[in-house]
Amino acid sequence: MASITLDKVGKIYAGGTRAVGDVSIDIADGEFIVLVGPSGCGKSTLLRMVAGLEAISEGTVRIGNRVVNDIEPADRDIAMVFQNYALYPHMSVRQNLAYGLKNRRTPRAEIERRVAQAAAILQIGPFLDRKPRALSGGQRQRVAMGRAIVREPAAFLFDEPLSNLDAKLRVTMRLEIKELQRRLRTTSIYVTHDQLEAMTLADRLVVLNAGRIEQIGTPLEVYRKPASTFVAGFIGSPAMNLISSRAVPHLPAAAQAGTIGIRPEDLSVAPDGPLEMEVLAVEELGAQRLVHGQTGGERLTVAMPSDAPLSDTLRLTYRPGSLHLFHPETGRRID
Amino acid sequence: MKRTLFRNQWLPWLLLAPQLAITFVFFLWPAAQAVRQSFLRQDAFGINTSFVGLANFRALWNSPEYLNSLQVTAVFAVLVTVLSMGLSLLLAVALDRMIRSASLYTTLLVWPYAVAPAVAGILWWFIFNPTIGIMPYVLEGIGYDWNHISSKSDALILVVIASAWKQISYNFLFFVAGLQSIPASLREAAAIDGAGPVRRFFDITLPLLSPTTFFLLVVNIVYAMFDTFAVIDATTEGGPAQATNILVYKVYFDGFVGQNLGSSAAQSVILMGIVIALTAIQFRYVEKKVAY
Ligand SMILES: Nc1ncnc2c1ncn2[C@@H]1O[C@H](COP(=O)(O)OP(=O)(O)OP(=O)(O)O)[C@@H](O)[C@H]1O
Ligand SMILES: [Mg+2]
Repeated sequence: MASITLDKVGKIYAGGTRAVGDVSIDIADGEFIVLVGPSGCGKSTLLRMVAGLEAISEGTVRIGNRVVNDIEPADRDIAMVFQNYALYPHMSVRQNLAYGLKNRRTPRAEIERRVAQAAAILQIGPFLDRKPRALSGGQRQRVAMGRAIVREPAAFLFDEPLSNLDAKLRVTMRLEIKELQRRLRTTSIYVTHDQLEAMTLADRLVVLNAGRIEQIGTPLEVYRKPASTFVAGFIGSPAMNLISSRAVPHLPAAAQAGTIGIRPEDLSVAPDGPLEMEVLAVEELGAQRLVHGQTGGERLTVAMPSDAPLSDTLRLTYRPGSLHLFHPETGRRID
Repeated sequence: MKRTLFRNQWLPWLLLAPQLAITFVFFLWPAAQAVRQSFLRQDAFGINTSFVGLANFRALWNSPEYLNSLQVTAVFAVLVTVLSMGLSLLLAVALDRMIRSASLYTTLLVWPYAVAPAVAGILWWFIFNPTIGIMPYVLEGIGYDWNHISSKSDALILVVIASAWKQISYNFLFFVAGLQSIPASLREAAAIDGAGPVRRFFDITLPLLSPTTFFLLVVNIVYAMFDTFAVIDATTEGGPAQATNILVYKVYFDGFVGQNLGSSAAQSVILMGIVIALTAIQFRYVEKKVAY
């Protein structure tokens, strides 16, 4: 158990590419932090610097009270779950779980106890003597988690551990990871590009864009008050409508903001509403219906109940106080 | 996979004909001849030929020279295989570590393989030549009197090095490919699991490389036993005192120089048997036993 502190961490790869810059995060003991952002934004790089698999070019990383910049991965007291699981294919599940403990000269009885315990928690007992290739994707995923928890490390690092699973299993495993972390109270850093996964798992979200932090906050803070147009467009599904204020000059906030954000679920049909939308396409999701269209030349999406009336043009209104205003040049939030 | 269907029954055979003809003329026919010859004996002038059954084989079994050659071949094959595979693995691991600037290094290491074996042999003969070579000079500097023309062990060392050297780049390529196919995350996981570089090599890399290693083991043994003829011919010619007279060289020597065709044929039949056995082992085990 430990806190993790990143102080102005940066990474420049050998070729001169800057992957990460000026990242500072204070992670409390037992906290579940999710790093989220589009592909190539530097999430893995950041996580691998914490793990010790990538040299830290700038700044310092602390685990507990110790600066770990020059400490080998093995001595950082962390465990990592890889995207491809990285199970040792020539070892049985039991040997996979025990390998890290054996290398640390843990007594035999203690290894057996911990392996049995992890197997019970993750329900992989029946597979202990199988090789990884004889397991399904979900079972491999559990073994990879098991290998992390037997070590009883100060922190878990996850690099997109669910992205190789099918959609349904991903939802189940997501819940399991959350419950497991609640139970063990181990500080965790979790990398994903899936905003839904990020929202559901995180105590706090760190939204990254092009190697820099856009916003840190609880999932609801980030959802309710996105700090920039980037975050606004990235978090939430369907994505927030981002409309140039020139397209809707009659809205009250249009004068000061460059971009106005309205979540699709904050819009609704009203005969005397201020916005008029020309309907272009309709998506039926079952409980909900997404109506895509345009207003003043800008794309707009509305989420409405599936029994709401439809016509070629709709007049819309927004929930009071639901407009997000962003600065015309910086794209940062204006409050 | 795309399958082509031939309407015409003859076309496929026609297309295969050149390959089949070559296989027949240069492989099957001589092999059959060798088997036939091994049961015959010719007199000194090559006029009378008589059927002698297994006498040629029995004679070999009782010939100290042949038994010596068997032993030399075994020692030679083991040394060549261990040396060339060991060195290539070492180089491949080094390359794997600095893989980003790989292209130049790989190309450099491939060229010995392209050099014809005879040229390689002559090259080594020059380098190690007791009077004009550079190595004896260097060795003399450190107090070793090199002479592969009179010293049995020096001669063996020479042919082992020359033969192993030629095989290094071939092994190297396979080892590099093998290492490349091991995901980096496995070694990273092991590093996090507390295994140092040496530990990682023996616990992770080597076991995962075992299919490649086994394949190369068989290929290298076959190479050392059969493909080193030119190296031996260009350097030691089997001497001194039979010290480097491996089976395949003895076949040639007894047959073409000694004109003892019956014995030579019997020897090649035995060699064929060994190749067939090694190939069978290769096919049987390479997928089953070694795969993890
Ligand atoms: N070894 C490397 N050498 C040079 N550049 C690299 C290296 N690894 C990653 N990069 C670059 O650094 C940037 C961040 O990469 P990183 O793998 O951290 O992205 P990511 O956020 O994990 O993306 P993804 O969601 O696709 O996994 C990318 O632009 C990538 O091209
Ligand atoms: Mg990544």
